[in-house]
Amino acid sequence: MLAFLWGPIVVLAVYSFNTSRLNILWEGFTLRWYGEVWDNAPLMEAARTSLIVATITTVLSVLLGTAGAWLLHRYRFRGAGALRTLVGVPVMMPEIVMGVSLLVLFAAVAVPLGFATVVIAHVTFCFPFVLLAVQARLAGLDPALEEAALDLGATPLRAFWLVIVPCLRPAITAGALLAFTLSMDEVIVTYFTASPEAATLPLRIFGLAKVGLSPMLNALSVLFIVATVAVVLITERLQKSSRSLSSRP
Amino acid sequence: MTIPVQPTQGSAQLPRPARWFLLAPLAVWLVAFVVAPALILLVYSFSERDELGRVVFTFTLENYARAFDPVYLSVFGRSLGYAAATTAICAVLAYPVAWCMAQARPPWRDRLLLLVMIPFWTSFLIRTYAWITILKSEGLLNGLLLYTHTIAAPLELLYTPGAVVLGLVYAYLPFMILPIYGSAEKLDPALIEAAHDLGCGPWQSFARVVLPLTRPGLAAGVMMVFVPAIGMFAISDLMGGARVPLIGNVIQDQFVGQARDKPFGAALAVIFMLIFVTVYWLWQRRAEARVA
Repeated sequence: MLAFLWGPIVVLAVYSFNTSRLNILWEGFTLRWYGEVWDNAPLMEAARTSLIVATITTVLSVLLGTAGAWLLHRYRFRGAGALRTLVGVPVMMPEIVMGVSLLVLFAAVAVPLGFATVVIAHVTFCFPFVLLAVQARLAGLDPALEEAALDLGATPLRAFWLVIVPCLRPAITAGALLAFTLSMDEVIVTYFTASPEAATLPLRIFGLAKVGLSPMLNALSVLFIVATVAVVLITERLQKSSRSLSSRP
Repeated sequence: MTIPVQPTQGSAQLPRPARWFLLAPLAVWLVAFVVAPALILLVYSFSERDELGRVVFTFTLENYARAFDPVYLSVFGRSLGYAAATTAICAVLAYPVAWCMAQARPPWRDRLLLLVMIPFWTSFLIRTYAWITILKSEGLLNGLLLYTHTIAAPLELLYTPGAVVLGLVYAYLPFMILPIYGSAEKLDPALIEAAHDLGCGPWQSFARVVLPLTRPGLAAGVMMVFVPAIGMFAISDLMGGARVPLIGNVIQDQFVGQARDKPFGAALAVIFMLIFVTVYWLWQRRAEARVA
């Protein structure tokens, strides 16, 4: 089973070092394809776009998700139930429906597709994950913490900033990393909301994979995998430390 | 319209501007980018397009009538069939893996979980490309078979229905493994022992004890594989070529492809959404019935 899971990825990685252009026979070791990735201007441009989009998406998702989680956790108000359901919609909704619905929205209000529309789309499917992560952490938080801060004379806003936010930091960080990875990887929704100038790295990979095989694409994939795995391992580590923190008596 | 924000009982209230500071962005974002797009899509689905491909707002059911044309019905049927096949294969492959992971000792359990999950944290696009390099007529598998003289000419492996289902299975397998693992992990081993003590064979205790108790995880996995597999167009695009269009390919073609019929695409998307909502609703109702 593990062979089925890892096999294709290992093959992909091994052949990224092969001197032969066709993938069949092993002819020798080379780093030439990695050099080609580096020298490929459209690819590097797309990588830059992806990084910028993912960074802005992460910041906005954290702000929106954390504030939203606190609001839904702490206050009862009319429409809270509806808001909670709505937060779940982008998580569950099939990506293609989300993509085309955003496309028709931007068309209807005559906003040209580009960098901003990609960021809006990414925030829409990323921030619910931050919100859910923070909400889970809030549920395990002792309400006495905030009460103590208020009793000691802090204003609710100061109590939130000085007491609650530090307690939430592991969940916020984990949510942020998740948002970043999701944004870096996403293809379908991006496909409908990006212009050719604002193409992200996965969109370029999609275009290249359609054309056919190229060892350069293997090399690019390997770099992408290594980066993703690094982010995931960091997230894992943080979640573990946050779990041990919350289980402390 | 004002939404009165009341604090939960026994706790202090935030000052009014702060409340709005918290509430407004969330509500505005969800309404503007989740509710509004869905409504516009719905309106589009009842509209027409003019000769230039622009959308003209009229009220027509023609788009929906067209969706029930045999051509598109067969696409819907194929999409559902592929998704069902993908779900079934995923369930059969994932169940034993999830079960073994749940039975492993704790330190090994985490390591196995990570080993299973890492391949799937990498973009599905790259994983699909990995299969293309293997299956293509000048790819690895054909190369190996030719080299060993097992075959005389390259086999057509890519751009077949089998390739599409393989790609879908490979993409969605973790969504099946994780929920099954989640419910298998919670299973009390004493229950299986009890079944043994009461004279159940391994097969009987699986069918009567293990399967019913892990069914919620299995149901969640089915839900998480089946629905996205229906609409996925990138995998059928890459591994099926244009030969096996799924509903996602048809929708995509109406919006950004050559067909350029947004109202019709919107109608297809709305129908797809209805299928999704129905499956989700049935699933939730069954889950609730089980709890009650």
